[in-house]
Amino acid sequence: MALRVKALESLLVEKGLVDPAALDAIIETYEVKVGPRNGARVVAKAWTDPAYRARLLEDATAAIAELGLGGRQGEHMVAVENTPAVHNLVVCTLCSCYPWSVLGLPPTWYKSSPYRSRAVIDPRGVLAEFGLELGKEVEIRVWDSTAEVRYLVIPERPAGTEGLSEDQLASLVSRDSMIGTARL
Amino acid sequence: MNGVHDMGGMEGLGPLDIEPDEPVFHAPWEARVLALTLAVGAWGRWNIDASRHARERIPGPDYLAMTYYEKWLAGLTRLIEESGLVAGDEVRAPRLTAADVPAALARGGPASRDVAGPGRFEVGDKVRARNLNPPGHTRLPRYARGHVGLIERDHGVHVLPDSNAHFLGEAPERLYGVRFTAAELWGEGAAGRDSVHLDLWDSYLDPA
Repeated sequence: MALRVKALESLLVEKGLVDPAALDAIIETYEVKVGPRNGARVVAKAWTDPAYRARLLEDATAAIAELGLGGRQGEHMVAVENTPAVHNLVVCTLCSCYPWSVLGLPPTWYKSSPYRSRAVIDPRGVLAEFGLELGKEVEIRVWDSTAEVRYLVIPERPAGTEGLSEDQLASLVSRDSMIGTARL
Repeated sequence: MNGVHDMGGMEGLGPLDIEPDEPVFHAPWEARVLALTLAVGAWGRWNIDASRHARERIPGPDYLAMTYYEKWLAGLTRLIEESGLVAGDEVRAPRLTAADVPAALARGGPASRDVAGPGRFEVGDKVRARNLNPPGHTRLPRYARGHVGLIERDHGVHVLPDSNAHFLGEAPERLYGVRFTAAELWGEGAAGRDSVHLDLWDSYLDPA
């Protein structure tokens, strides 16, 4: 596989179609700059600033842009909020659409056939494989990303975190809690 | 097309393989495939819908056996061939330089279009997903076809993938967030208030 990719890259560079330095810059962006820490900042701000939370639920794309975040695979954002009574779970059954701008590139399991196939028909079974057992009283809403709209789950703020700063709160927010396969 | 990529609602595809502390890429070639796909895409010879359709056209048994970046490589190779981008002896100047990358990624490619005119539906309307089985690209999953849901959100007017993937124009249409109850999709055994939400274009829907 590595050889095939190298051959393709060499051909494209030779034809002047791609700049190897641009490839490096793209890779660095997703390895270093764009990842779930971005989404965690959004969540922490929503937890601490009720006006921001309201704007996020009303127009997530604009509210996320307030933090300087957005762009590729985050052009049209919707935030969905977990409560004690409602749990949200995000999937893309048709491919692997994912909110890159706030969560980075998706983990392998998110892109895998078992997750893509079962999340819509058996969300409780899928969550159980992540070690999350939800009672029947909790309503599960599954968001299948069939268009260019991307979904960010706002997890519930853990109890006992009243005194923490926004940065400290952000460090508690896991990637999986923003996909909906974990609670905090 | 009714391909294996449209896998929502299938069972028996195995247990989840959850890797703790997973790296962003598992091998350097995966990173190069991602970057090549974005960088060559900057030539504008195809669009995101055509990219998805190129991956969907991987033969089903291969699709299920391949990793994500193997599918991306197969899709990219196909798009390059079909577009004729590397044909001939011409040597060009890259469309995307390293200096362009931050702005290009920050800009992205919005699918919304500023087109006047309402769609046929409003929030609160009951709709039935049409029983469409097009041979080409669509974003209406099989598991929703024929089922009744409720319009929950109006996303505005978006490019229609069914047309755009085949270079037949953007054909923008109003896009709606539609809520289907789990019981409607999967039968009475499904948990009471659970639901599945899909984003569906105007032409995917009939009034119900």
